[in-house]
Amino acid sequence: MNFSEVFKLSSLLCKFSPDGKYLASCVQYRLVVRDASTLQILQLYTCLDQVQHMEWSADSLFILCAMYKRGLVQVWSLEQPEWHCKIDEGSAGLVASCWSPDGRHILNTTEFHAPSGVTNTTCSNRRQPCLGVHLPRCSSTECLCGHKLRITVWSLCTKSVSYIKYPKACLQGITFTRDGRYMALAERRDCKDYVSILVCSDWQLLRHFDTDTQDLAGLEWAPNGCVLAVWDTCLEYKMLLYSLDGRLLSVFCAYEWSLGIKSVAWSPSSQFLAIGSYDGKVRLLNHVTWKMITEFGHPAAVNNPKTVVYKEAKKSPPLALGHLSFPPSRAGACPLTATAESRYEVASVPVSLQTLKPAADRANPRMGVGMLAFSADSYFLATRNDNVPNAIWVWDIQKLRLFVVLEQLSPVRSFQWDPQQPRLALCTGGGKVYLWSPAGCVSVQVPGEGDFLVLSLCWHPSGDSLALLSKDHFCLCFLETKEGTGAAAGLRDGHV
Amino acid sequence: MGDWMTVTEPGLCAESNNISQYTSETKMSPSSLYLQQVLCSSIPLSKNVHSFFSAFCTEENIEQSISYLDQELTTFGFPSLYEEPKSKEAKRELNIVAVLNCMNELLVLQRKNLLAQENVETQNLKLGSDMDHLQSCYAKLKEQLETSRREIIGLQERDRQLQCKNRNLHQLLKNEKDEVQKLQNIIASRATQYNHDMKRKEREYNKLKERLHQLVMNKKDKKIAMDVLNYVGRADGKRGSWRTGKTEARNEDEMYKILLNDYEYRQKQILMENAELKKVLQQMKKEMISLLSPQKKKPREREDESTGTVISDVEEDAGELSRESMWDLSCETVREQLTNSIRKQWRILKSHVEKLDNQVSKVHLEGFNDEDVISRQDHEQETEKLELEIQQCKEMIKTQQQLLQQQFATACDDDTTSLLRDCYLLEEKERLKEEWSLFKEQKKNFERERRSFTEAAIRLGLERKAFEEERASWLKQQFLNMTTFDHQNSENVKLFSAFPGSSDQDNLTVHSRPRQKKLHSVSHGSAICTSKMTKSLPASPTSDFCQTRSYVSEHSSVNVLNITPEEMKPNQVGRECSNQTWSVASRPRSQEGCYSGCSLTYTNSHVEKDDLP
Repeated sequence: MNFSEVFKLSSLLCKFSPDGKYLASCVQYRLVVRDASTLQILQLYTCLDQVQHMEWSADSLFILCAMYKRGLVQVWSLEQPEWHCKIDEGSAGLVASCWSPDGRHILNTTEFHAPSGVTNTTCSNRRQPCLGVHLPRCSSTECLCGHKLRITVWSLCTKSVSYIKYPKACLQGITFTRDGRYMALAERRDCKDYVSILVCSDWQLLRHFDTDTQDLAGLEWAPNGCVLAVWDTCLEYKMLLYSLDGRLLSVFCAYEWSLGIKSVAWSPSSQFLAIGSYDGKVRLLNHVTWKMITEFGHPAAVNNPKTVVYKEAKKSPPLALGHLSFPPSRAGACPLTATAESRYEVASVPVSLQTLKPAADRANPRMGVGMLAFSADSYFLATRNDNVPNAIWVWDIQKLRLFVVLEQLSPVRSFQWDPQQPRLALCTGGGKVYLWSPAGCVSVQVPGEGDFLVLSLCWHPSGDSLALLSKDHFCLCFLETKEGTGAAAGLRDGHV
Repeated sequence: MGDWMTVTEPGLCAESNNISQYTSETKMSPSSLYLQQVLCSSIPLSKNVHSFFSAFCTEENIEQSISYLDQELTTFGFPSLYEEPKSKEAKRELNIVAVLNCMNELLVLQRKNLLAQENVETQNLKLGSDMDHLQSCYAKLKEQLETSRREIIGLQERDRQLQCKNRNLHQLLKNEKDEVQKLQNIIASRATQYNHDMKRKEREYNKLKERLHQLVMNKKDKKIAMDVLNYVGRADGKRGSWRTGKTEARNEDEMYKILLNDYEYRQKQILMENAELKKVLQQMKKEMISLLSPQKKKPREREDESTGTVISDVEEDAGELSRESMWDLSCETVREQLTNSIRKQWRILKSHVEKLDNQVSKVHLEGFNDEDVISRQDHEQETEKLELEIQQCKEMIKTQQQLLQQQFATACDDDTTSLLRDCYLLEEKERLKEEWSLFKEQKKNFERERRSFTEAAIRLGLERKAFEEERASWLKQQFLNMTTFDHQNSENVKLFSAFPGSSDQDNLTVHSRPRQKKLHSVSHGSAICTSKMTKSLPASPTSDFCQTRSYVSEHSSVNVLNITPEEMKPNQVGRECSNQTWSVASRPRSQEGCYSGCSLTYTNSHVEKDDLP
């Protein structure tokens, strides 16, 4: 395992291009594109303000930088560095910006845009007049009010601009199918939730239907693009499954009168839908009957002797006193965990994990399964129960049982599966990166002077390297290639 | 009259007394006791009566008593004691025959009465005991009744309590249900309220936003626009198409195509799964048939013929089907046959397995019984055999151990002895060296002394010669001196001068003596040291080790020679020791310890060696 030198970064904006050749990172108002393997700077773009959001187009040819404060989006081309594109969404109101799957359209969600009448007039000047999305229940008065959210679809190929009205401001309101053909959009109109399915090629409305939800919280396509999962707000446990043609396939409700769904994930094979909820359980639905197959509880005590529990154990730092006393550590939040040596130990079952007692009188209580992700081969599911923040549960989906529990010394900030093989990388906001694979577990100290507190990480699409992001820096961690036994050996060493 | 009646009693009483005494002796029933008491109380009375009885008939009142008796007897229906008077005046004669008859009759009567009394008494006793028994029974039953009544009351109480509790629980449950219902209603109402509020708030929010928007947008500071250097080509290289009704239809088509593809894919998967399952079923069926059919015919032919035919029928049918079209046919036609046949065979198999289980359990039971019978002897034989084997094995192990130990001991001894020998040699060498030097010195001294002696001897010879000469001269002079005194003085002086040489010699011997002593003491000291060393050596661990080993080896040799139980014991102890040492040596850590022990001993020896000179 090799580490690159440390580069500057701001707002944790560091992304590999989808084809894996480049690495884009933002430092204040500058966008830096590097070669993903050599880390040489290939391009340097200067934006108008500090970048708040950055995204690669699907074909890795363009990069979008959004400056929400200024209502600006700038697009840069990798092939033609002199090419530029700036989208101005007005003085205020840009809420979100993203690429369409074809990489030639940009979807800007705006608030406080100019009344549609004005835009219509501007649109009419263009070659292709904006038809927007013709909605059956759209009254003319509503059409003209400009205060609603609106998605503007800007094309880089033509001058056409399309508008999509009444999108819902929710965490996961837009979702594209994997093949990039269709987009599902959550809408809110007159205090009712709707879902629109649009064809991405020409932004034509394919289906529009209302959903039986109080306050739709999110939607997501199955990887095969034929089933749409729609879930209600956390106040009510409700999962609705729609076919591509808008038929309601199934409704799943595990319980009533309690906080409901917190996180949702499709397995890459589209075979399972995992639903994490506030009761600390993950429920797996199958794709044939849409009934629950099994329920994974997250109790604080692990009793099954077949489950392996890796516990991160602190090694007493040999020079800790000298280090800590002078000069005083600047790490602040967790200097001990950042500097202390630690390693994994296999704890003997039964093990009881550290639990937090969530505050019941506050909104968004720290409880329930808040993070879950399937491995690329759908064999494993990693989950985190938010009232056991130090632990990651890894479930064996073939046997439908708990496989491994990793207990860290500090709360897990983020985890991500290797896109190629069942290998999980996680970080806890300390100076370490942790890797798990079925062969074992390893924790690696990020080298370099000063504290490098890993707040987030992202995998290279090939799974050969890993970008580790701290507050103002990032570095790359190169794992040995597949034929190199070093990675496996390292893992095994970590295991021992 | 009353008096007379009492008079008649005594005889009876006496007799009854006898009886009662008899009965009291044989049986001590409470009734008899009572009777006895009564009798006892009557005894003094009877004595009185007796005294009175003697006074009943005296010489004087024979007539009277006879007449009285006669009267009495006649009243009881006996014939008169008197003969029939022949005449009115004639005195009535006592008829002795009649008296005797009367007596006899009375006696008979008496006997009868006694018998009857006896019977009555025994009956009375019986009845009394019966009565007692019944009374006790009665008491017991009464108690039982009481207890059961109490139990019933207790149970009733409990029942009541439980019912009460149950009612309470029901009530509680109802309350809880009500509560739950109420809470649910509240939640529901709150939810609706919340939703209403939310909607209201959302509307308000929208209105507010609109206001704000109007306020903000009135300024119109900026225009929404896109500034592009030049438009880029589409990702697929095609040109954009106009949006028409056609495109809509095309989109629909595409969507349905995608859906259809997905369904087809899933159907294919399901079909494959189905086919596989069918295959498994078929295989299972075949295996079942092959498993069941040969067994069937042996045990029960009649019963199985029917099922067998069924199986074969089904099999034929299925076989025909399965050959070509089994997989192509839709489930409905094949499924029933297949499932039916499988079910049937499964049942048969199940019953068969159950039967087998039963048989096995029976056999087991029988077997156990048989074994129990046999085992007594077999066990003993077996245990004897095993014990013998164990003995043999033990001996084997023992000899092996001995051999190993011997080997180890010799190997170790060689090392240590060589080392020790080396130590000894070094010491000896040094000692010898010292002695050698001492000897050399002594030799030198001796040489010197010899030289001085020889010199002294020469001088003595010379002196003697001189003395002789002097004597000769003195004699000559005496001869001659008869005349002069001067010669004498000069001779005396010469004599004195000869003395210093002898004193020198003395000095020499004195010098040499302490040296000799010193040497002696040195040699002595070294001897002590060596002895000390030999003494101290056994105290060191290695020597201990060696000793134990030698001890062991001794024992082992003894062992080899003659194995007797008496010698086995210490031997065993020794072996244990050796075992310990052996095991210690075999373990890697303890081996280190052993080495350290060895090195310790070596250092010890070094220290002692340092002490030596």
